[in-house]
Amino acid sequence: MDINDSKLNIKEFLDKDEQKDLLRFLTAGSVDDGKSTLIGRLLFDSKKIYEDQLDALERDSKRCGNAGEHIDYALLLDGLKAEREQGITIDVAYRYFSTNNRKFIIADTPGHEQYTRNMITGGSTANAAIILVDARTGVITQTRRHTYLISLLGIKHLVLAVNKMDLVDFDKAVFDKIVADFDEFVKPLGIPDVTCIPLSALDGDNVVEKSDRTPWYDGKCLLDYLETVPIDLDRNYEDFRYPVQYVLRPNLDFRGFCGKVASGVVRVGDTVMALPSRKTSKVKSIVTYEGEIKEAFPPLCVTITLEDEIDISRGEMIVHPDNLPIEDRNFEAMLVWMDEEPMDRDKQFYIKQTTNTTRARIDSIKYKVDVNTMQQSQVERLQLNEIGRVVFTTGKELLFDPYARNKQTGSFILIDPITNNTSAVGMIIGAVDAKDMSGDDALATLSLSSLGIDKSHAAAVQTLCDALKRRGIVIKIID
Amino acid sequence: MSDYNLSHLKELEAESIYIIREVAAEFENPVMLYSIGKDSSVMVRLAEKAFAPGKVPFPLMHIDSKWKFKEMIQFRDEYAKKYGWNLIVESNMEAFNAGVGPFTHGSKVHTDLMKTQALLQALDKYKFDAAFGGARRDEEKSRAKERIFSFRDKFHQWDPKNQRPELWDIYNTRVHKGESIRVFPLSNWTELDIWQYIRLENIPIVPLYFAKERPIVEIDGNLIMPDDDRIPKEYLDKVKMRKVRFRTLGCWPLTGAVESDADTIEKIVEEMMTTTKSERTTRVIDFDQDASMEQKKREGYF
Repeated sequence: MDINDSKLNIKEFLDKDEQKDLLRFLTAGSVDDGKSTLIGRLLFDSKKIYEDQLDALERDSKRCGNAGEHIDYALLLDGLKAEREQGITIDVAYRYFSTNNRKFIIADTPGHEQYTRNMITGGSTANAAIILVDARTGVITQTRRHTYLISLLGIKHLVLAVNKMDLVDFDKAVFDKIVADFDEFVKPLGIPDVTCIPLSALDGDNVVEKSDRTPWYDGKCLLDYLETVPIDLDRNYEDFRYPVQYVLRPNLDFRGFCGKVASGVVRVGDTVMALPSRKTSKVKSIVTYEGEIKEAFPPLCVTITLEDEIDISRGEMIVHPDNLPIEDRNFEAMLVWMDEEPMDRDKQFYIKQTTNTTRARIDSIKYKVDVNTMQQSQVERLQLNEIGRVVFTTGKELLFDPYARNKQTGSFILIDPITNNTSAVGMIIGAVDAKDMSGDDALATLSLSSLGIDKSHAAAVQTLCDALKRRGIVIKIID
Repeated sequence: MSDYNLSHLKELEAESIYIIREVAAEFENPVMLYSIGKDSSVMVRLAEKAFAPGKVPFPLMHIDSKWKFKEMIQFRDEYAKKYGWNLIVESNMEAFNAGVGPFTHGSKVHTDLMKTQALLQALDKYKFDAAFGGARRDEEKSRAKERIFSFRDKFHQWDPKNQRPELWDIYNTRVHKGESIRVFPLSNWTELDIWQYIRLENIPIVPLYFAKERPIVEIDGNLIMPDDDRIPKEYLDKVKMRKVRFRTLGCWPLTGAVESDADTIEKIVEEMMTTTKSERTTRVIDFDQDASMEQKKREGYF
């Protein structure tokens, strides 16, 4: 990062910087694990803290620092006034730094129990996660909770940072014991890539440089790990999913479907299908501001035009006809309740999934998971920070994939129709067969014959119902 | 490595375009706040990219405090015309006619009336339900915790303790009548990212960012460029020509210059990478009180 050291001229530096990729990671740990100190050190040692911020830091450390003679790195991170007074971070804070090889976005989230919500928020876009434990206490209940949440979010790369190794004399046996305890717990969760690193955030051991105080450790230091962990293959390049976000009609000759490639790859000339209409066409062009491109892949935002005039609206999806998502109104998901107001099972929530919004009703709660013990129990409703396996039925068919296969099409939020709060967030497991639903089918039906509507008007009624369906209101027509 | 690896700038660009389109699709009456600064210039380019080959489907709005640098206003009018922007300019005329200004009323009163209140009046006047701002999370501590879609109540106030959870890229855009959302598509960009992008995309920026000999007077340790005859007379004979540039742009009496030789983007970045001051230190308004930006944000300032 330091221009003077790297002997690049500024143009070379910029040309190199431009090519760096981006790693988003989450940090979790309790107030005492030294998390803020670790982040402060990553920022400080990668020379990205400007000197005047350091001046302010020295002033603040004298006034309300908790680190005695040391610079209190934590003060760099605790932004909001109220939190500073309490001496804890209470929400997600984002931090930015870069090295010679990568740019990083840190989502810094608090560790204590009542703020599961914030960790879930901070972790939803993370490629990797760092969980801190204190070498003196090892794996505690909270470590298990954080690890479970990371597996729930489908984060593929996890680092267990065993901090404060200086306080246990850098003892290999202490580290090995913690790793063994952690392994036993983490294995069944199925996180594909788990790494344990012994370090001291306060002294800097194994943070940005390998420490000579841990000669028995042959792995990478933390920064080295973060710079090299491969993330480009974590995205789904197999199943093409293109939720239409916006329809662009600048003139009569151009009808483009704007969206983000949620997953998979699309090329000009591909045969594609629009869902739910199932009409097929070919990709005529993939348009960007810079001009047309031959193929698009996630997470590019492009505009697709088709050979044929097909009516596709926001919330509908363009896919390859030989690789379709699940289409269903009934599905189950792991749900995290995020609202102070507990779940009201009689409420018709709004559900937003990809670019699609409709109504959703809770059909049943299969079980609640205790995030500390992983034990399942029967409950009537979920409350703030509780997690459960919940069955939903929606006002119209959703187009989705299991979250484990596709984060983009397998995730959703529930919005309270009265307060407009984001009440809960969910990760879809799969569809549920209609016969396994406990509630009645809530679809409104319209009987043409009993209303005395002649069959010659059926098409017009259908058109009206189709329009309503786009707005999330589904009406079943019977003769 | 797959063939589908994106650079961080391409990834940030895609994220921003997605956010901008989401607002256009889900809100009735959005507006993009345009400050004429470098971040705004990037944001407007991203909006143009989001809807190409169409036009940006919402207006840009500049809140003119009536104390902006003349070069900013020239730049604004030139590019609005050149690119065919739908540009709204609004000011707090009542306060302006009453003679409010930083020299007579102090930076705090001036900023509140000519920036915060002017903005709130304009948002109410047009009944905008979403307003884009160019703020970045790396600028300032309280911004680091703000959501990309940041809810504002009927009084345009931000409650940092009661923010909606924001997951993946599924944004909750629902508001009741009178409430609104401030949207920050550049949340995850850093200052360096902005300069890189301006360089790569050849985005025009106000020439004040580049070093040049300019008339400068030192006021309370800040290098102020007297941009019109409203400068108090006692400073007039202390004006000297110095080679300076501006790292941020705003009201000229409240925006300190830095001495610099950086007259190209490359030199600006080089200066930035080796500098000892972060960009907001040249904004006089930040020093009013501890945690002052958080206070301003709670009250409705961007």
